[in-house]
Amino acid sequence: MTSTADDARPTAADTAPNAPRLLLGHGRALTEHVSAHGPLPALTGPEIIARTEQAGLTGRGGAAFPTGRKLAAVARGAGRKGTVVVANGCEGEPASAKDRTLILNAPHLVLDGVQLAARAVGARQAHLCVHEDEHDIRNTLTAALAERATALPAEAPITLTLVPHRYVASEESALVRALNGGPSLPAHTPPRPFERGVGGRPTLVDNVETLAHLALIARHGSAWFRARGTATAPGTTLVTIGGAVRNPGVYEIPLGITGADLLALAGGAGAPLQAMLCGGYFGSWLPADTFAGTEISAPGLAAAGSAIGAGVFVALPRTSCALAETAKIAAYLAGQSARQCGPCLHGLPALAKALRELAASGGTRPAHNLQALMPYIERRGACRHPDGATRLIASALRAFPEEVRAHADRKRCPAVHRAEQRDPHQGRRYGT
Amino acid sequence: MTQDQSGGPRLRLNPIACDAHGLCLQAFPEMLRPDPWGYPIVTDAPVPPHLLAHARRAVAACPTLALKLE
Repeated sequence: MTSTADDARPTAADTAPNAPRLLLGHGRALTEHVSAHGPLPALTGPEIIARTEQAGLTGRGGAAFPTGRKLAAVARGAGRKGTVVVANGCEGEPASAKDRTLILNAPHLVLDGVQLAARAVGARQAHLCVHEDEHDIRNTLTAALAERATALPAEAPITLTLVPHRYVASEESALVRALNGGPSLPAHTPPRPFERGVGGRPTLVDNVETLAHLALIARHGSAWFRARGTATAPGTTLVTIGGAVRNPGVYEIPLGITGADLLALAGGAGAPLQAMLCGGYFGSWLPADTFAGTEISAPGLAAAGSAIGAGVFVALPRTSCALAETAKIAAYLAGQSARQCGPCLHGLPALAKALRELAASGGTRPAHNLQALMPYIERRGACRHPDGATRLIASALRAFPEEVRAHADRKRCPAVHRAEQRDPHQGRRYGT
Repeated sequence: MTQDQSGGPRLRLNPIACDAHGLCLQAFPEMLRPDPWGYPIVTDAPVPPHLLAHARRAVAACPTLALKLE
């Protein structure tokens, strides 16, 4: 907004080109946090919004929406009743561990982000939502909030709010509904939370990692943020890499590296790879060779027909049946339906069943059923849960045409065949 | 009822409230068809003026107030 919006202030976090920004590995105590990152900057709300917009920060919870634009929309809606900030620390994706890693390693960076976001949108209250059964996260945040209560000037009070541990409970309208005293279930939107959310006030719902980035952008400026990543996808991001890799775990990467770079970071493939599940259970499959050349960013993965989602990557070896793996995830997603909307309640189990049939016994009927059912489910729920499930299944049909054909024709599954060739004694047909 | 700039009101379904009673499908088959489970498939197309009476009848028929014309 003004010339002060971008006075980059380099710190220790900036010296090495590939040094982490969020996960510095310092202690959790407030004193250690302040000595690593510096104190909370004394910026005004409009300055925070301007920096965030200039930095090009996008949401790290899955939707990759421009954070600055969302901040500005909520701030504009502030009437006499003010606004509310909801920090989403509920990691809905079963394969994701990045939010918990961030909270456990840098709780004060997350809380700084909540506080600065509250200042940016003029919020008088902020909620940090976490899963009720994740006691280590609850304890870490309770301790961090207690430390801040005595050491920092009071701004908007941050309340730790506990949410049931199920997939759709942390969908943004479900969080708002729970905070309004309702069930932790998605609502029929609009109005969207940024228009009318908690207590009828404009509400900013942001992922905890997004807020941690905001806390650093407020300190170091947008040019500092943009020194990593690409012009269209600036900054670093946290990813969770799992499946058939040597060193599975949470990594901080500059956006825009290739899939091959990402694999190398996790120690390389643990076995020859068939495909990569990008974006988690809500994401989509990419064949391994396509993935290797794909730019890891929201625009890069979208161009490849996939999505970055919450930064989850699961590597599938050539010896696993992709359809059977997808069927397991589809069954999980069907079980996680909030059971509110007919197409999701009836459609997801029907999809999961057809996929399981195709994977287990094969035949053209389940293959046909899958194709026929999907258009009846997409975009017909109150939330995006059914869309995620259909996107995943559609991507499996697209990424594994050979497998689909072999299963539909009741021929042997190519992956099982490969597994048996590699080690005949492990093959199902041969017994022990 | 708010008129959309691109021609006439549209049907809107609250999928949480809809219980597949199917009364709307009988009242307004011209623009509503059932999915495999009996829930109405609502398109985003504006309702043409000559069908507005039917659309209103479908809205009025819904026992859960899930269907709206807006």
